[in-house]
Formats: sequence, structure tokens, C-alpha cells
Amino acid sequence: MADTSNAPKSMWDKHKIFETNVVALILGCLVMVSIGGLVEIAPLFYLKSTIEKVEGMRPYSPLELAGRRIYVREGCYNCHSQMIRPLRDEVERYGHYSLAAESMYDHPFQWGSKRTGPDLARVGGKYSDEWQRAHLAQPRAVVPQSIMPGYPFLEKTELNLGNVVLEMKAQRMAGVPYSDEQMTNALADLKAQADPDDKGADAVAKRYPKAQVRNFDGNAKLTEADALIAYLQVLGTLVDFKLYDEKANRR
Amino acid sequence: MAQTAPVQKSLKANEAALGGFFAVFALLWLYIASGSTEPEYTFHAVLFVLGSLVACLAVFKRYAARTVQVEPQEINGLPNYNLGPIKVAAVMAMFWGIAGFLVGDLAAWQLAVPALNFDLPWTNFGRLRPLHTSAVIFAFGGNVLLATSLYVVQRTCRARLAGDLAPWFVVLGYNFFILVAGTGYLLGITQGKEYAEPEWYADLWLTVVWVVYLLVFVGTLIKRKEPHIYVANWFTLSMILTIAMLHLGNNLTVPVSIFSPRSVTVWSGVQDAMFQWWYGHNAVGFFLTAGFLAIMYYFVPKRANRPVYSYRLSIIHFWALVFLYIWAGPHHLHYTALPDWAQTLGMTFSVILWMPSWGGMINGLMTLAGAWDKLRTDPVLRMMVVSVAFYGMSTFEGPLMSIKAVNSLSHYTDWTVGHVHSGALGWVGYVSFGALYCLIPWLWNKRELYSARLVNWHFWVSTIGIVLYVSAMWVSGIMQGLMWRAYTSLGYLEYSFVETVDAMNPYYIIRAIGGLLFVAGSLIMAYNLWKTATSDALAIRQSGAAAPAAA
Repeated sequence: MADTSNAPKSMWDKHKIFETNVVALILGCLVMVSIGGLVEIAPLFYLKSTIEKVEGMRPYSPLELAGRRIYVREGCYNCHSQMIRPLRDEVERYGHYSLAAESMYDHPFQWGSKRTGPDLARVGGKYSDEWQRAHLAQPRAVVPQSIMPGYPFLEKTELNLGNVVLEMKAQRMAGVPYSDEQMTNALADLKAQADPDDKGADAVAKRYPKAQVRNFDGNAKLTEADALIAYLQVLGTLVDFKLYDEKANRR
Repeated sequence: MAQTAPVQKSLKANEAALGGFFAVFALLWLYIASGSTEPEYTFHAVLFVLGSLVACLAVFKRYAARTVQVEPQEINGLPNYNLGPIKVAAVMAMFWGIAGFLVGDLAAWQLAVPALNFDLPWTNFGRLRPLHTSAVIFAFGGNVLLATSLYVVQRTCRARLAGDLAPWFVVLGYNFFILVAGTGYLLGITQGKEYAEPEWYADLWLTVVWVVYLLVFVGTLIKRKEPHIYVANWFTLSMILTIAMLHLGNNLTVPVSIFSPRSVTVWSGVQDAMFQWWYGHNAVGFFLTAGFLAIMYYFVPKRANRPVYSYRLSIIHFWALVFLYIWAGPHHLHYTALPDWAQTLGMTFSVILWMPSWGGMINGLMTLAGAWDKLRTDPVLRMMVVSVAFYGMSTFEGPLMSIKAVNSLSHYTDWTVGHVHSGALGWVGYVSFGALYCLIPWLWNKRELYSARLVNWHFWVSTIGIVLYVSAMWVSGIMQGLMWRAYTSLGYLEYSFVETVDAMNPYYIIRAIGGLLFVAGSLIMAYNLWKTATSDALAIRQSGAAAPAAA
């Protein structure tokens, strides 16, 4: 590397600043690693076309939200995607390809990256509650070749109600547009959605359009299985695709 | 200053501050434990209390045991290297490595034999898989990075690590984070974001540890006796900085309450997906690549006793890699609801990324120019060279899979899993093993390894394991991708989903056997390293000329 002093300085010599000055090296690194992220992420927050205009999307009801928390807790995303790609076989197998709007209230997103099991983006309404309950408890009793773990403990574990209300508050702080009415009635709605005989059952359906009010796991207690099945049954059912204008939302 | 009158031993400011911090921290967590909403969180709060108390006691016991002087910077004009924390990180790397590989292999068997899930919450695949990924990436990989980076930065700067207690805080604090994160997964405490599962309080703790790591590293660079900052340190520095940025960006959450382990990610849907894979891909790009390239740039030349092939190539390699990698995230989101422009950017930069990756590979491999014969005689060097070859292979496969047409087939299948493992087992694993095989004799002052034959056994057993693993995943991944899109002559989908699951069973078994061989190899390694560190016969008797000279 010996350099004769009268030789013109080459680019390589100019690099010396990064090799001898820690601050220069730090700043250089920070500039280089910031650009890509800024260009790719920042526009997603201001380009209006990022999230499609749709009819029907609403925040999760308290029971669905509780179910979603169990979905996350058990790591379902490790084997199930919630993102149908616009490919012929996927659309035929699972239904309309997924829109960005359909996960706009998902904190965090659960698109997944692996399909050890099938996609669940539109699993809502595909199977009965009883099928879901039996399948969660003992998958191979329903689908003999399945390799899914069994979750028999869900229908034996009572739902922790206090956590759900706390979480709704945090969801609202993170930007999910829960109304004051939805917040004050959270606990009542949570119980009513799993009990069709509850006085508040109609109010749930009013506050959360298309919310399904049923005793999901078939037993009297409000369990984690109730919540998880309520969540699974709402997946992919909210957007009204009859009203969806594909051309207007082309990106 | 050495000649002043007898000095009274007194508590130094850093000792008082750290001891005091942990005392307060223990009280804070005691308060949290008293109001915790979930038993799992109470368990973690108690861990924090106990950990803080132990740390507090350790600080004061260390004070009681030390002489008036703290450790000198130099002894007889030679740098007095700080090796204690590095030894701990090296041992923890081996421990977490074996644990992480084992959990991975158990998860692999669960896919072949689902009864192994035992239908319990804490043993199901959904909780074990994040435990495996975090254990191998952050626990094994992280400790290897701590051990090697803190060793290399001292050697190449010819200066003792900056900080007195700080290096210990980094190594022990990092391993405490691993303990909290890992037990959290089993107990169902997770954010539900891949490779970023730990919840808000673990994330905050990691942030503190990471900032101290940065300070120790930069502090050592600043007090260096060498005019130049060595290449390996550029890569490590970029890794530390970028991981900090990614960690903060992807883990911004609203905690549900200080008494709850749960939190809500501030990002949602498509933006959260972009943040996640900006993070996720660059955890690969910086943690598993830049950090381990630093290992390559120090340990390969050192072991081969040759200079790095091209200094200029390493300059290009470095800047191109750190600039380009960040853009590659969206290739994890091809054909999803992420806007097309972002997918196209991600694909383009992923393909370009092939070039600096291979530049780095060439730089590593060609360092052996004139010393190729050592591959026959030195199994440790062979392991590292093969790791660089695996690096070349998976950085070719990666750009290939990032092309949208290929990705439409490979995405969501085991092909991705196979790709990750050729990089993780072949590249990260082998370069780490090579580094540990070098480091342990150096740290414990031994002439050489206990047994070169056992290194050879390790190499071949685990190489067969990797080959079984990766080829099984290629076959099952491509097969499943093709089965999903297969149509009958009448235009119907040919296979139901569960038929594709059924078809993969033999490959899952082959993969799990491959994984078992890899675990076996790591056990051979642990035995060899243990015998090396504890052997008296191998000890270097004379002081001086003991350790290898700086690069």
C-alpha cells in the first residue's frame, strides 16, 4: 500500500477516511443502510393506492380479537398463511386473492410465510363450528393424514376476560378505530357473542356487522376455543366482493 | 500515576452505578411481579428479580475480591486482552447451539410423526419452531458473534476491550435476554412476528444490552493502537448498527400494560408486512451474513496464514453488501397484497445482490491461493472453506428464488426451508464451528485441539446431514409447489391440500435424519472442545509468544 507522494490520489486512497475514522465509518454505514428502507417503506404510508377502497372491513369484535390473540400465541402463523396470491390455482383453491385492506386492522399482520397447512385467509364459513372444534381438539380424528398438533386444552381453558379489554385499549392506541361505544361495551359484547341467548346478542351484531353470534364450542363456559373459532369463522368474510371495484384499485 | 502513595481501595463509579442500577431494577420487577395479570409473566418478573440480585451481588463480590488496581490496559508493553467474557460467550454458543439444533430436530420429527406434539401447549410445533429459530440464530449465532467480534476487535486494534464491567454486562445480559425470550415462547408469550417474537419487555432489555455492545465495540476501536480499522471490524460495526435500527423499527409496540406481557404492534397489515421483512431479511443480511463475514475475514486468513486475497475487493464487497441488502426484503412478499412496485424493487436488488455476495466468496476462497494443500491436512480450515462455498451456493439460490416466476413456485413451500438451512447449517454453522475450533485453544492457552480426527468426524457426519436435509427439502418443496398447481385434463385442481401433505412424509423423515446427524456432529465438537479446554497436556507452558499475533 506504499504510496508515492506525488502520485495522483486515487479513489482507493480516499477510502482511507473510513479505515481510520470511526465516526466516518459509522456515518457511512448509517447512510448506506437507511436508503433502501426509506424508499421502500415510507411511501406505503402516504401512497393512497397502498390500501384498496373496500366495503365491509371493520375492527375485530372483542371475542374475535381474543381468538386472534390465541392464534398468535400458539404460533399458527408458523404453518398457515393468510395471504392468497392472485394465481389461478390459489384463487380456485382458497377464493378471491387477498387485499391489503383485509388486514388493515391486523396488529401484527399474520400473512405467514409457509404453508405446512392450508391458507386460512378465507377459512371463515368453510367449515362448521363443530368441525373446527373437533379438528382443533384432535385433527386426525377429522382429517386422518393431517400433521397438525392437537389443541384439546383450548376448550378446557376459560378465556381471560380482563386481558381482552386491556388489549382493545392498546389496539385503539395503535390506531384501530374502535368507537367509544364499542369500548364501553367491550366486556358485554365479548360474553354475548358466544351466547345467542344473551340479551346483548343483537347489539353485538349491530356494533360489529356480520359478527356471528353462536356458542362456538358447544359448551356453556366461555373458553379459548370459543374465541379461536369465532376468529377463524370471520376470516375473509368481511369484504363485500360484489361491491369491490378491481379496476379502480389497480396498483 | 502508578507511583502515588498507597491508595485506599474504593468503589469506583461504574461499580457503584451498575450495582445500584441492578438494585433498583430488582425492586422495579418485584413491583411488576406483584401486579402481574398472568402467571407466565410473574415467572418472568421473578427471573428479572433474581437475575438483578445475582448481578448486583456479583458486582460487589468482584469489588471485594479485586486488588486496589483494576485490570491494567497493558502488561510489559503488551495489550492485556480481556478474555473472560469471551470465554463465557464461547461456552454459551456451544450450549445454545446444541439446544437449538436439538429443538429443531424435534420439530422436524413432529412434522413426520405428529404424535410427538403431545397435544400440550408448551410442546406443540407452533411454539417450538420459534424456539428453534431464535435459539440457533440469536442464542447460538449471537454468542458466536459476541465471542468472535470481541476477540477480533481486541486483536486487530491491539487494545484491551473498552469498559471494565461493560463487556461482562453485554455477554451476561445478552444471555439473560435469550433465557427470557426462550422460556417466553414455551409459555406462549410472543409478538407473532417471525424471528422477532420476544415481547416488549424482552425487546427493551435487548436494546439496552445492544447499545452497551455498540459502546464497547466502538470504544475499543477508538483506543486502537493500529492505524487502520481492520475489515472484519467494518462488517461487525455495520451489523451492530443495522441490527439496532431493524430491532427498533420492527418492534415498536404499545404494551397492553406494564403488568401484562402482551403488546400491540404499532404497524398493521401491509405496512407491518413490509417492516417485518425489512427486518427479517436483514436479520439474515446483517446478523447472519455481515457478522459472520467478519469471522471469515479474520479467521480464514489467520488459519491459512495468508493475507486476505484482495483488499480492494473487500472494500467493494463491504459497501455494496451493506447498501444492497436492505432493499431485498420485499422478495418475501411476492404476489402478496404488497404493491407491485415494492415487489419489483425487492426482486431487482435481490438479483443485484448476487454480485457482492460472490465477490465476498471469491475473496474468502482465494485467500487460500498458494495454501490449498492445507485443505487436506487441516480439517478446521476445510470446514471454514466449505462454509464459504455454502455461502456462495445459498447466495446464488437466494437471488434465483427472489425472481417472481420462481418464487410463485417456491414460496410457502419447503424449498424456502431448505434454502435457509443450506445457508444456516452450511455457511453460518460451519464458519462458526471453524471459528470456535480456532478460538478455544487460543482462549484457554492450548497448543492445539485435543483431536483433529474428531474434527474430521464432525465435518463428515454433519456434511452428510446437511446434504440429506437440503436435498430432501428441495424435493419436497418443489414437489409440493407443483402439486398445488397441478390440474387434471378436465381443468380441475388435481390434488386436495392434504394429499400434498401426505406426499411429503418420506422427505420429512429424511430431513429429520439429516438434522439428527448435524446434532451428532455438534456433540462430537462439544466433546472435542471440552477435552481441549481441560487438557493439561496441551497447555502452553511458557508465557510470551503464546497467542498468535495480530492480523
